[in-house]
Amino acid sequence: MAADLRHRGLVQSALGKYEAARDARKAAFHDWQGARQLAAETKWEAINHLDEHLESFVAKLEARGTKVHWAGTAEQAREIILGIIREKNARSIIKSKAMTAEEIHLNDALEKAGHEVVESDLGEFIVQLRHEPPYHIVFPAMHLTRGEISELFAKELGSAPTDSPEELTMIARRALRKKYLSSDIGITGANFAIAETGMVSITENEGNARLTAAVPKTMITLLGIEKILPKLSDLALFLPMLATAGAGQALTCYNTLYGGPKQPDECDGPREWHVVLLDNHRTELLADAEQRDALHCIRCGACLNVCPVFRNVGGHTYGTTYSGPIGSVITPHLRGLQDWKHLSNASSLCGACTEACPVKIDLHHHLLQNRRNAAAQKPSFFERLGYRIFAVVANRPRVYRLAKVLGRGLQPLLVLVKGSRLDPARAWTQTRELPPLAPKSFKELWKGRP
Amino acid sequence: MRERDKIMGRIRAALRSPAPRPGAHGAVAHTLPAGTASAGSIQQWLPPGGETFAEQVEHFRARSTELKTDFQMLASAEEALAKLAKIADAEKWRRVATHQGELPTAIVSRLGLPVLNTTGGYDVHELEACDAGITACEALVAQTGSVIVTSRDSGGRALSVLPPHHVVLARREQLVRDLSAGFDRVRTKYAANYPSMISVVTGPSRTGDIERILVLGAHGPKKLTILCW
Repeated sequence: MAADLRHRGLVQSALGKYEAARDARKAAFHDWQGARQLAAETKWEAINHLDEHLESFVAKLEARGTKVHWAGTAEQAREIILGIIREKNARSIIKSKAMTAEEIHLNDALEKAGHEVVESDLGEFIVQLRHEPPYHIVFPAMHLTRGEISELFAKELGSAPTDSPEELTMIARRALRKKYLSSDIGITGANFAIAETGMVSITENEGNARLTAAVPKTMITLLGIEKILPKLSDLALFLPMLATAGAGQALTCYNTLYGGPKQPDECDGPREWHVVLLDNHRTELLADAEQRDALHCIRCGACLNVCPVFRNVGGHTYGTTYSGPIGSVITPHLRGLQDWKHLSNASSLCGACTEACPVKIDLHHHLLQNRRNAAAQKPSFFERLGYRIFAVVANRPRVYRLAKVLGRGLQPLLVLVKGSRLDPARAWTQTRELPPLAPKSFKELWKGRP
Repeated sequence: MRERDKIMGRIRAALRSPAPRPGAHGAVAHTLPAGTASAGSIQQWLPPGGETFAEQVEHFRARSTELKTDFQMLASAEEALAKLAKIADAEKWRRVATHQGELPTAIVSRLGLPVLNTTGGYDVHELEACDAGITACEALVAQTGSVIVTSRDSGGRALSVLPPHHVVLARREQLVRDLSAGFDRVRTKYAANYPSMISVVTGPSRTGDIERILVLGAHGPKKLTILCW
């Protein structure tokens, strides 16, 4: 994306609008920094006593007729959900936005097993039609223009082309209304899990999660074990903070608590509710006390929005479910340090992410710690050799001068081997140009000054 | 149970080592010391909601304008009925949905329109075809311009979100300062027997998923009207 200026402009203008709105909302707080500290302390308490809070959460849920399932791995979570769907003999499934479902590649698994799954969040619906992962954890389709979306809808839904975002939204609304009414199962994620009362809280703007949790006969909610908050009253802090940091809103349109399936004195709602608690390496991150606060994350996306790297390379470049700074911190824990350590190097360590985080996760220090851990776990022989040679050359002026002369003399010959296996700078020149060495060093320029 | 025990075992083992305290780079602890930001009330950090009733009404009105909620502060139930009849006329409502409850029963039956009552069960296709869903609420939140509805006293889960226009009927003593006070109302009223759904509704349904441009009525109601007296 870095070279695609149109795409970069689109993302930066969207994030520019976000920043202006967010700043206005932050200013409405009596004290945003105090609120951040309180949020960090509340999440710290929740995560550092996670066992007690989870037990309370589950006991309260089960007491009101909810079935709770525990999944150690992504595969187990997929099997549990597929099992429920098979048991219900479900034909069609409606889903509201859930990053946890992206994490375990739920849609792929359901489609392979022959079930139809429809994403109901507008942005997710669009990227699902494009067979793409979400571009951003909060704004899944922010990389697309209305023209591209209109073309997509015309092709996939047979609608007339339009350049009005309102009409495009109404096309999706009409298509999805039918799905809500005919689906057997609704699948949701969750933003918070309240230990005190045994409820999950779902935040959304569109009303699609409300409908997903109201109409189908069976409801399934998938959430990570780290979503815990101790008390119901904590939401009075976290809901405005999530809305402000996430989208520059005072409060998201619908913040809904669910405490059970349809109760005997109620007129609607699912007859059965299954809550699937997912570990999938979260307990490994919990065991790393230094980076444990990465589990405080409320997935607001604020660190992505301010990150100079994200703003220039875009969401899909990461190749991960969670992109941006938080993704670079947690992906090595979730999917292997050696395979994903490069993400921690794609950072200028400017600290904008840490500053933006509403729960004060020490993001840029964690990127540094990932680099340290990766190097300690598997030191690179060539890197160490390279630095040793550099130290020898840089410490001896005569050798340095010789290296300079050799470098200038030999660089023009590099064209012959550029990008091939013989090229010593291959890692760079495969995809980029190596700038020529300066014809004169600073020392030479200084000597020759008038 | 086996997987549960394994995960709980991993959590307990992991928590044996203490974590750095929040906002204190490096210093570790098993519990937080007293006198941190958790001390005192959270009002000292959050956006205000107004102290007096008049201030709270002003806050609610200002938030409603931003959110494109139609908020009407009225003198009596009679005025609310007149207002509702006017909207019904202007939008050419043919059928409305509501539920059993003090406010809706008193007002909606006098509207002279066919009514679908969700209390006790209903057909979802019929509800979808209604022009408006008229509900009571638990509280109005001045701080954020929100309405709190529940599955028990607002006619179920779908009534407030499936029809294209959601009308809330509220009494002035239901207006509270902020979200904390709103949750307190729900807690006091239901104690341990909570409704299965509690929703904080802030404005009509919206999306910004296409070029971050605001569109109302993504999946839920395109309009939200609050009649308070």
